[in-house]
Amino acid sequence: MSAAEEVITKAPAVEAVPKRGMTLGLGASLVMLAALIIGPLFLKNFIIFQMTMLLIYGLAVLALNILTGGSGQFSLGQSAFYAVGAYTSAILMEHAGVNYALTLPVAGLICFGFGFAFGQPALRLSGIYLALATFALAVAMPQLLKLGFFEHWTGGVQGLVVTKPDPPFGLTMSQDMWLYYFTLAISLGIYIASVNLLRSRSGRAFMAIRDNEIAASAMGVDVALYKTLAFGVSAGVTGVAGGLGAIAVQFVAPDSYTVTLAISLFVGMVIGGVGWLPGSIVGSAFIIFVPNIAEHISKGLSGAVFGVLLFLAIFLVPHGARQVAIVAEQLVRKLKK
Amino acid sequence: MELFTNQVLAGIATGAIYACMALAVVMIYQAIDHLNFAQGEMAMFSTFISWQLMQWGVPYWWAFPITLIISFAGGIAIERLLFKPLAKAPVLTNVAGFIALFAIVNSVAGLIWDFTIKQYPTPFGTSPFLGSQLISTHQAGMIGVTLVLLIALYFFFQFTRIGLAMRAAAALPESARLVGINTSWMIALGWGMASAIGAIAGILIAPVVFLEPNMMGGVLVYGFAAAVLGGLSSPLGAVIGGFLVGVFENLAGTYIPGIGNELKLPIALALIITVLVVKPAGLLGRPIVKRV
Amino acid sequence: MTAMLNVKDLRAYYGQVQALHGLSFALDEGSLTTLLGANGAGKTTTLRAICNMVRSTGAIEFEGKPLTGRSTENIVRLGIAHVPQGRGTFTTMTVEENLQLGAISRNDRKNVVADIERMYEHFPVLKERHTQQAGTLSGGEQQMLAVARALMLRPRLMLLDEPSFGLAPLIVRELFKILGKINREDKVTILVVEQNAQLALELADQAYVIETGRIVMSGDAKDIATNEDVRKSYLGY
Repeated sequence: MSAAEEVITKAPAVEAVPKRGMTLGLGASLVMLAALIIGPLFLKNFIIFQMTMLLIYGLAVLALNILTGGSGQFSLGQSAFYAVGAYTSAILMEHAGVNYALTLPVAGLICFGFGFAFGQPALRLSGIYLALATFALAVAMPQLLKLGFFEHWTGGVQGLVVTKPDPPFGLTMSQDMWLYYFTLAISLGIYIASVNLLRSRSGRAFMAIRDNEIAASAMGVDVALYKTLAFGVSAGVTGVAGGLGAIAVQFVAPDSYTVTLAISLFVGMVIGGVGWLPGSIVGSAFIIFVPNIAEHISKGLSGAVFGVLLFLAIFLVPHGARQVAIVAEQLVRKLKK
Repeated sequence: MELFTNQVLAGIATGAIYACMALAVVMIYQAIDHLNFAQGEMAMFSTFISWQLMQWGVPYWWAFPITLIISFAGGIAIERLLFKPLAKAPVLTNVAGFIALFAIVNSVAGLIWDFTIKQYPTPFGTSPFLGSQLISTHQAGMIGVTLVLLIALYFFFQFTRIGLAMRAAAALPESARLVGINTSWMIALGWGMASAIGAIAGILIAPVVFLEPNMMGGVLVYGFAAAVLGGLSSPLGAVIGGFLVGVFENLAGTYIPGIGNELKLPIALALIITVLVVKPAGLLGRPIVKRV
Repeated sequence: MTAMLNVKDLRAYYGQVQALHGLSFALDEGSLTTLLGANGAGKTTTLRAICNMVRSTGAIEFEGKPLTGRSTENIVRLGIAHVPQGRGTFTTMTVEENLQLGAISRNDRKNVVADIERMYEHFPVLKERHTQQAGTLSGGEQQMLAVARALMLRPRLMLLDEPSFGLAPLIVRELFKILGKINREDKVTILVVEQNAQLALELADQAYVIETGRIVMSGDAKDIATNEDVRKSYLGY
């Protein structure tokens, strides 16, 4: 009887994404990578800049995906971690003269600590309550950055201007293109590390917590540790993205990191497919390009056009890009037969 | 001491705004189990509808019920059209839907009525209430309306058949269907009622904060916070939460040095989170018992 | 005489997994029928398919009306009460509110009050606790409440899913006695799914045995109860 066979080829259950369902097949990954490497050679600088931002937001969405898709915790405060990362890089570069590449691990570490610390009180909260707590963090962050107390370092409301790095080793390429490849290398490293993390013992612990916290703790998973750890890792990755963002945009200011950014990243995650790491780049593309397209269609109603497009997207594929990938995979498999 | 009393009074006055919004938030949370981020925008839109009616010469006391009816129908229409198809989608997809709705309503209101702030009339007048400069008759009226609304809702849910059916549908949808309740329509009804209550909140708030497409941004955050503080399952808790948030915000602004207007919101939110860490279901909420 | 409930070639699916493979059976009006089988045989699925709570194909007719395509709540409104597995108690509401909910789809509001009183006669323990939150009741009391809530519909047919589950033997006996009484006195047709085969066969007049989604035996409850082979291979006692 074919029932059993059908079960195997059918998409996995929706909410609980199994480990294997979190990544892309090897072939598809290589094609994607080749496109990302070769693409910019034929593109204009402005578009290369946009592709850099695509990767950076992709990283930030990925970070949220580790938190939500991996450990089942919800955050509307990712913009706060992004801001801390951005400011860390900017301050180190402009006040301490540190090389841009070296500021990124610092940004990541500081954000990891920040996220880990924030995860402690957040432990007692879940679902909507956690959403509110993280949301509060996102609301507070721009105000904190504006405080006179930090003004010497942060530049207050004015923000800080960041110098764009030149390509090293006398390479002849534009600054934008160098930054793109630099970002691509880092993104790739983090992506591979994240995939491995979720496949590791810790990743299994995250997922056990996501699927059933009580059962996970009964099996001996240190729920408190792994929940805060997930927050820390997510914040750390977001911090690196923030640092890269500061370098790419060449400017940090409190109002660049409002709740709107956190909400965008959340939308990106949903569009990409919660728990599907490769979807992060699709989600990132949505939040970067769709507002532009909306603006293009109608200036006065750009918000409404964006909303309609977002509705269309979630009506067509409620489970995000992952759903598209699964359908495509099944098609390919059918064709092969 | 007088300063303290006055600040508490002023806090209660602002708290009434939050309480009203929180009531609408709890209402929809009961019906659909999500926080609707677009709730404030829907309330703003309703308020604009009433304003437009008055611009066309409809008197206040006609515009008010007409707006409520339109909002009620509008809430149901939004649910049927946009959110019923998402009923089986994951929770986070629904949240994305609220964000989309937010963007659409805000943008459309901006296009129709532009972003300049508009005066909005009050039926209660703006003279000092009982000789206090800090609380006006409008704010007193607002508190009164909120309390009346609360009592009305209490009676509706406790003593009417449809109220009982709505509670059942929210608590256990499958069991509710097994006693013959059409749970899908109960959700739509919840949207309609939340939308109408939101309209009342908007109409009461507009004279204080002035009418414009972004008027609800801050208010909604406080409304959410108040609802969460009071316990999302309790309308009474939401109202009490609203007043508490208002009072605390005012006292913090007065007595803690260095808190400008800008830090008021983060401080208020921080307090709420502290409360939640101690009492995760809110002040009056029912703790949710999870089964393995 | 045509049967009250007629099920023909019922197939049900959970996702891609088929749980029922062409079940056919019929219930006569006024009968008390039991559906027996091991864990995972498809008993619960059968009841859920009747109320359209699981995707299924096949024909189900209730008093001549096809149930296919009707929503769960509409099927209930035709007079089919379903006491689900796990009882489905509205735990945060009072006992009395639970009973009112049972009658919520009825239009004869005047009789509801009288019916609640009748339920208190059937189940005196519910009267003692009528203002208590239903969640504070013991398992047995909650099962009584679930049966009472179903009866508040004034059903023509009542479906019960493992009413004995998790209850002490004495309480099960009491519950089954009441079920028999309801069947005889109130003329409610009853279909009860059970794992406690011995007890169910004592109570019922008709029985079906199902195994992995198919009916493997049917007949008089007495005959099945005395059939050695059946007892050994399917009922396990």
